[in-house]
Amino acid sequence: MGTRPGRPGGAAPPQFRTIDAMSATAAAIPAGESPTRRAIRRFLRHRLAVFGLVVVLAFVLVAILAPLIAPYDPLQTSWARIRKPPSMEHWFGTDENGRDVLSRVIWGARASMMAGVVSVLGALLIGVPLGLLAGLAGGWTDALISRVADAMLSVPFLILAIALAAFLGPALENAMLAIAITASPVFVRLSRGMALDAKSTDWIEAARALGNPAWRTAFVHVLPNIIPPLLVQATLAIAEAIIAEAALSFLGLGQQPPNPSWGSMLNSSQRFLTQAPWLSIFPGLTIMVVVLAFNLMGDGLRDALDPRADKT
Amino acid sequence: MTPALEVIGLTLDFRQDGRAVRVLDGVSFRVEQGRTLAIVGESGCGKSVTSLAVMGLLPGTARVGGAIRLGGRELTALSPEEHRRLRGGEMAMIFQEPMTSLNPAFTAGEQVAEALRLHQGLDKAAAFAEAVRMLDRVRIPDAARRARQYPHQLSGGMRQRVMIAMALACRPKLLIADEPTTALDVTVQAQILALLDEMKRETGTAVVLVTHDLGVVADHADEVAVMYAGRIAEQAPAATLFARPEHPYTAGLLGAAPGEGERGERLASIEGTVPDLRNPPPGCRFAPRCPFAVARCEAEAPPLAEVAPGHVSACWRAPLDGVLEAA
Repeated sequence: MGTRPGRPGGAAPPQFRTIDAMSATAAAIPAGESPTRRAIRRFLRHRLAVFGLVVVLAFVLVAILAPLIAPYDPLQTSWARIRKPPSMEHWFGTDENGRDVLSRVIWGARASMMAGVVSVLGALLIGVPLGLLAGLAGGWTDALISRVADAMLSVPFLILAIALAAFLGPALENAMLAIAITASPVFVRLSRGMALDAKSTDWIEAARALGNPAWRTAFVHVLPNIIPPLLVQATLAIAEAIIAEAALSFLGLGQQPPNPSWGSMLNSSQRFLTQAPWLSIFPGLTIMVVVLAFNLMGDGLRDALDPRADKT
Repeated sequence: MTPALEVIGLTLDFRQDGRAVRVLDGVSFRVEQGRTLAIVGESGCGKSVTSLAVMGLLPGTARVGGAIRLGGRELTALSPEEHRRLRGGEMAMIFQEPMTSLNPAFTAGEQVAEALRLHQGLDKAAAFAEAVRMLDRVRIPDAARRARQYPHQLSGGMRQRVMIAMALACRPKLLIADEPTTALDVTVQAQILALLDEMKRETGTAVVLVTHDLGVVADHADEVAVMYAGRIAEQAPAATLFARPEHPYTAGLLGAAPGEGERGERLASIEGTVPDLRNPPPGCRFAPRCPFAVARCEAEAPPLAEVAPGHVSACWRAPLDGVLEAA
């Protein structure tokens, strides 16, 4: 009350009657729109992002419904139709073993979408708790976690993933684990930074003054406030993870033959690049479209979740 | 009757560059149930860290000594976990900045309900219903709808009411309000302070009001403790303190409060600056700025001594009868 004159020993101050004045303005204020709903509304205005979302959802459906929509068995070989170009029977052509490329792309969506989503979920589960711990606990805990994360980030993403996948052994599950571990330092860094920001806020102090235990402060108070950037980063990371899975499978470290994934299809098609380009073009195009869709979605999310954007 | 809060000889050291800096040096005061103690002093005199020490919210680098008793229970001996359990339940705190003290990701009602869920084990629905009742009690109009709004949809005064509702939801024995109105408009300040008085009467909680505003003290405190450079300079019932200050620093503060002199006249001030706590003067810490200092003041720190019943002052020259007039 720095502006009010002190009244040492003076008369009691006038008591203000203010409730009427406040209730008059109350009616004009809309009921609370939750941040989630506002973000959804803003996301839906973003056309490219919605397009990305639709494509992603379409591929999720394709992956789930693969057994129903694939025209052929993706593993069924046939001497009669080796490396046939696209036709009415085989829209994407057939591969070197006479298998239907369309069916393999459809079944491959399972491996690729799974690898993308599961490995990023894994990266979040590893990275976010460690990042929150580092940011909120500080001290040597922070130093240790941050240095390990920095060390991992100093190695190129794919090199580290290849090393880990090679160490774990060639299998789709191991490739996903390798990608999850390799992608986690980004989330450690992101959530640590956000936790450091949150730590200096008054509402964290207020949460502690209310008797929140440390873990509850981290997960109930800090986490909801850092979900927007995490969500954006996770969406973009799924796109990277899909490429990483394709790369690992291309190198023979991911999906094992004869099971299809887009990466392993590219691997086996490289020998026929000139004779049968459709073997490379279709899986390659599919990867491109899905990754593009995830990136468009991520950009849209970033705009929708940006607190500095419009305040309508 | 056991006082709601009793602080005896509280010391606080912060380690800085390998050496300890004594931030609080023998701070003692007590607050009875249903009473308001104002702690006043300049920035950096230790009033905020005193309240953080009571709440157990100081960083790990702080070393606390002396005794803090909440309803007779010793707090300095508690483990961090035991101390945490008292926060928000038996004792609560309101902060200076209502604009930023609420979590932006939750509605007002959810945040008040959290205190009840943490300390009274209410389920989500029951806690929210109780939170709405609490918001209504702190005079938030249309509380049921306001409870579903987010902090950014509430005004500063409204948010401070939400903070008060959060703090009082579990009927604490002690409420610490650290400059609760500094960030608010003048008219809203008066409303919030009136509300605090009202809630104190209703719930019988003891209030520690940390402030640097003597106008607030005069109107809302029963007792006043004046702090200077990490020590209590003087403590007395509010009316007595304003009528008969027994410490030259208090007298200086009262003289420096605006509103006494003529318009256009220079405001009175206390000469000199606050001592550096890393290197405090050996005797009375106010001695270098005190117009009445004598040789003893520079050499020996004066203890808090009773100058009248319920009125203590840490000054060798107290009682100041005659000393002030002579100046």
